[in-house]
Amino acid sequence: MRYGYYPGCSLGSTARPYGISTKAIVGPLGIELEEVDDWNCCGATEYIALNKTAAYALIGRNLALAASQDNLEQLITPCNACYLNLKKTDYYMGKYPKLAELTNEALAAGGLSYKAGSLTIRHLIDIVVNDVGYDAIAEKVVRPLKGLRLAPYYGCLIARPEMGEERLDDFEHPTYMDKLLATLGADVVDFPLKTQCCGGHMTQINSEAGYILIRNLLHNANENNADAIVTLCPMCQLNLDAYQSHVNRHFKTNYNIPVLYFTQMIGLAFGIEPKELGIGQEFVSAAGMVKKIGTEPEVPEPAKPRRKKDDKSLPMPGKRVEG
Amino acid sequence: MTEINTNQAFLEEVISATPGGESLLTCLQCGTCGGSCPSGPDMDHTPREIFAMIDAGIKDEVLRSNTPWYCVSCYYCMVRCPKEIPITDIMYTLKRMSVRAKLFDNSDAPDFSKTFITFVENFGRSFEVGMAALYHATHKPLKKFDMGPFALKMLIKNRLALLPERIEGIDQLRAILKKAKSLEGV
Repeated sequence: MRYGYYPGCSLGSTARPYGISTKAIVGPLGIELEEVDDWNCCGATEYIALNKTAAYALIGRNLALAASQDNLEQLITPCNACYLNLKKTDYYMGKYPKLAELTNEALAAGGLSYKAGSLTIRHLIDIVVNDVGYDAIAEKVVRPLKGLRLAPYYGCLIARPEMGEERLDDFEHPTYMDKLLATLGADVVDFPLKTQCCGGHMTQINSEAGYILIRNLLHNANENNADAIVTLCPMCQLNLDAYQSHVNRHFKTNYNIPVLYFTQMIGLAFGIEPKELGIGQEFVSAAGMVKKIGTEPEVPEPAKPRRKKDDKSLPMPGKRVEG
Repeated sequence: MTEINTNQAFLEEVISATPGGESLLTCLQCGTCGGSCPSGPDMDHTPREIFAMIDAGIKDEVLRSNTPWYCVSCYYCMVRCPKEIPITDIMYTLKRMSVRAKLFDNSDAPDFSKTFITFVENFGRSFEVGMAALYHATHKPLKKFDMGPFALKMLIKNRLALLPERIEGIDQLRAILKKAKSLEGV
């Protein structure tokens, strides 16, 4: 199965483990990804906040490049924000002729054009669960994720707007990742907040507002005794993982929940070494979780926090040290 | 006595700047949008109130409000709206109008967007290191001390690109964006 591939900017930086694990599992799954040549940023949620036509043209350039490359018909992206932006631009260009005309007028300045509907935009997990399918995945599981309690976190952008076609699943309570994780042998826990927003860029704009949304999600996973949260979006992973210690400091909580990508979980179940899946690059260490499924990860245990110099109390076992 | 708004200019402006904006006229004032919004409690006015204010022509107060800037673009309101109003797109429209009108007095969110865009327009890709440095140094100088350890940890975990990647077709992209902005009148 051959698809056009739009990785998005995060996969080269903050979401490197997502990129690494995606590359590691596509071979075994029989998926062939052909990266779009010279793709550009999709603008995330920022570009359209300041410019409208330019925002659609920015995304339009990617669509135009992909559509003219080796007769690609399907364009895959692993990022929720890129997925929504690409899909929305394709759909809006078909639905609103004026928007399509302006976008193409701008694209013409770069010698490009795009006709709505030329590409089908899909999320990576869509082709994994629907094109490859649960049965084919189950056949390849050599190290079932037995005993692991996982909270499937979808985030908002993949679940929401319909954009002309039937949605992948229900927009509030999708289950395809639940089924995927169950196929890998894991115990899927109830996670009622599975499509609630992680706050996106809020940590940068009003950190408290962002931390509240992150805390809600961590709290919900913790209440259900999840060993890890599994996500399919770079922004969700970054917020829940990298800002978990900020949240703990801010609310005086003590969450310690690793946040991994679904591609990493597939890789683990397929017997791929944790290091080859980018496991170990997360802020909240997944070493304990990986150990639970009987592999010895080449991941260093997190260093024990040092006692503060001015801490006059007696050193007690299990005492939590801030920071 | 209730005043009837005869000035529909603002309403029309919002509608024409939003794909599918006409459906704003069908708003039932049911409040499902605000009730679904993760940022609802932080907003000066819920989306429902904002729509009533747009209808009433209260332009300055709408554009001064933090509501669009607290929208996290999660589209919850949009999929739950019984009249299928593209609420998230209307929030984007209000952001653009408020930047142009220079009415929103807290520039954190607009500046974050501007910084992000600067890198996209210069390299074709986003670049976290440069973006964080520029945004925090020029905008939140006190917070940058907080950012140091965070960035260091990102680096140790090999999750930051140290140099921005520039796409080959950057001139082509710039030409496209320049043309697009001229068409939009910005």
